[in-house]
Amino acid sequence: MFAYIVRRVVATIPVMAIVALFVFSLLYLAPGDPAAIIAGDQATPADVERIRASLGLDRPFLVRFGDWGWKVLNGDLGVSIFTNLPVTQMIKQRIEPTMSLMVLTLALSLSIAIPAGVLAAWKHGGWVDRLVMVMAVFGFSVPVFVVGYLMAYIFALQLDWFPVQGYTPIATGFLPWLQNLALPAVVLGGAFIALIARITRATMLEVLGQDYVRTAKAKGVGQRSVLMVHALKNAAVPIVTIVGIGFAALIGGAVVTESVFAIPGVGRLVVDAILRRDYPVIQGVVLMFSFVYVLVNLGVDLLYTVFDPRIRY
Amino acid sequence: MSTTTLNGLPVSEAPTLPDVLPPRKKRGRIGMFCYRHPTIAAGGVLVAIVVLIAIFAPFLATVDPTALAPARRTRPPSAQYWFGTDMLGRDVYSRVLYGSRVSLVVGFSVALLSSVIGMTIGLTSGFVRLLDTIVMRIMDGLMSIPPILLAIALMALTRASVQNVIIAITVAQVPSVSRLVRGVVLSLREQPYVEAAIASGTRVPKIIWKHILPNTLAPITVQATFICASAMIAEATLSFIGAGTPPIIPSWGNIMAEGRALWQVKPYIVFFPAVFLSITVLAVNLLGDGLRDALDPRLAKRI
Repeated sequence: MFAYIVRRVVATIPVMAIVALFVFSLLYLAPGDPAAIIAGDQATPADVERIRASLGLDRPFLVRFGDWGWKVLNGDLGVSIFTNLPVTQMIKQRIEPTMSLMVLTLALSLSIAIPAGVLAAWKHGGWVDRLVMVMAVFGFSVPVFVVGYLMAYIFALQLDWFPVQGYTPIATGFLPWLQNLALPAVVLGGAFIALIARITRATMLEVLGQDYVRTAKAKGVGQRSVLMVHALKNAAVPIVTIVGIGFAALIGGAVVTESVFAIPGVGRLVVDAILRRDYPVIQGVVLMFSFVYVLVNLGVDLLYTVFDPRIRY
Repeated sequence: MSTTTLNGLPVSEAPTLPDVLPPRKKRGRIGMFCYRHPTIAAGGVLVAIVVLIAIFAPFLATVDPTALAPARRTRPPSAQYWFGTDMLGRDVYSRVLYGSRVSLVVGFSVALLSSVIGMTIGLTSGFVRLLDTIVMRIMDGLMSIPPILLAIALMALTRASVQNVIIAITVAQVPSVSRLVRGVVLSLREQPYVEAAIASGTRVPKIIWKHILPNTLAPITVQATFICASAMIAEATLSFIGAGTPPIIPSWGNIMAEGRALWQVKPYIVFFPAVFLSITVLAVNLLGDGLRDALDPRLAKRI
C-alpha cells in the first residue's frame, strides 16, 4: 500500500514537468520581444541587446526553462505585463470565488448524480432510469453558457429568486454566499451530473448482475445494504475515476460560468488576460489549474486503495 | 366448419389461430433502418438539416450577416427580422444561419484531423516500443492540461482565425485519440490472427494496413463523432470568451458574446444562437450514441 502511494506520487513528477515545459514554451513562443518593449521606441539595437542580456533572455532555451522552473517551485510565477503585480498574488486574490464554486458544484453534483445513477440502475427501465438517460444526453449537449443564461433568465430575472450576477465572500455570511453561488453551481454541475449519473448507472448495472449480489439477496440482506455496501462500494472505482477525469471539464466550465455570472475568480482573470495578451498571467493560471487537475487525479488514485484493497501495484 | 376448395378438392379451412405473434409490420429499407437505429436516424436527419442550412444559407431569406444598420438596432423579433436585430442593427436570423457554417467546419475538421493524427501517433506508439514510453508520457502531460485551457493558451499565441481555432482544439483532442488507438492496437496485437500473420512472415506495414487499421476504424468513428460535438462546444466557448473566431465572422459563440452585454434586456440575441448550437450538438451526440451501439456493442455496455 505504502509503496503504491509513493509510486503514484512519484509518477506525477514527470507529468508536471511536461506540463511545465509546455507552459514555459508558451511564454517563450509568445509574440513580442520583451526587451524591445522595455527599451522603448528610441532605443538603438545595442541598447535592446544589452537589456536582453541583463534579463537573461539571450541564454539557451533549456537554461531559461531551468531558471523559470526553479522560480515556479519557489512560488514565483512572474509579473503581469498589464498590472505589474506578481501573478501569484493576482491568483491568490481571485482564488476564493473559484474554489467556492468548484467545491459547491462538486458537492452538489455528487449528491444528485450518485443517488440518481443508483436509483436508475436499481429500477432499471423505470421512469427514473429513462429520465437519467435523457438528462444525460441533454447534459452533454447543452453548453455551460447556454444553460447559464437560460437559468439566470428564468430564476434570477423572471422569478427573482437569486441575484443575477456577482459574488459575496463567505466571510460576509454563509447564506448570501450560497445564494450567489447556487445558480452558477447548478449550471456548472449540469454536464458533470450527467456524466457521473451515467457512469454510476452503467457500473451499478454491471455490479448488480454479479454473483455476490445475488448471493447477498438470497441470504436475506436488506435492499439498502445490498445497494450501498455490496454494489455501490464495488462500483466506486469507475465512478471516482470519471469524477477525476471530468474535473478537467469542470475547470473549463468554471472559466465560462464565471464570465456568465460575473464572478471575480481565476477564470475571469484568465479571460481578461487573453484579451490583454497578458502572457505571464495566462501561463500562471494554466499551470495552476493543471496542477490542481493532476492533484485531483492523484487523490483519485489513492482513493482506489480505499474502495478496492486488492489494488497494490 | 366450412369447407373450401384447393385444386378442385374440398379441404377444411384452417382454424383461426390466436395471435401469438403480432403481425409483422411491413417496413421499407429506410423504415427498417429507422426502427433498428432510432438515434442514428434522428441524429442523422438533424445533422443533415443543419448541413443543408449551412450550404444554402444565402438562399434562405437571409441578408448580408455583416451589414450594419445603426438606425434599426436591437429590434425585437418580427415578420421582417425573424430573430430580431443586434446592437449594430445586423439581422440575427442571417447571422445565426451563417454561423452554422463556422460550427460545422470547425466540428468536422477537428474530428477528421484529430482522428488522423491520433491514429498515426497511436499506431506508431503501439508498434514501436522504443517510442511508446516517450510518446505516452508526452500525451499524459498534454492530457493533464484541461482541454479548454490548452486551447486558450494556444489561441493566445496566435492571431484569431478559424484555422487557428481548428488547430488549437485539435491539439487538445489528439492525446485522448492517441491513447484510444494505442489501447486498441495493443489488444489487437495479442489476437491469434495477428500472431498468425506475424508467424507467416507478413511485413509490419501490411499487418498494420490489413489487420490492425480496419479494426480501429469502428471505435475511431464513434470517438470522432463525439469529438465533433465537443469541438463545436469548444469553438463556441472560445469565441464566447473572446479567444476564438475573429469577431467579424458570425459564429454562434461570437453572436452570444456580442449579445452578452444586453442579455438582460434583449435576451433573444443570445437565445437563438444558443438554441441552434444546442440542437446541433445534441444531433451529433445522438448520432455518436447510435453509432456506438451499432458499431461497438462492447463499448455500449460499458458506458
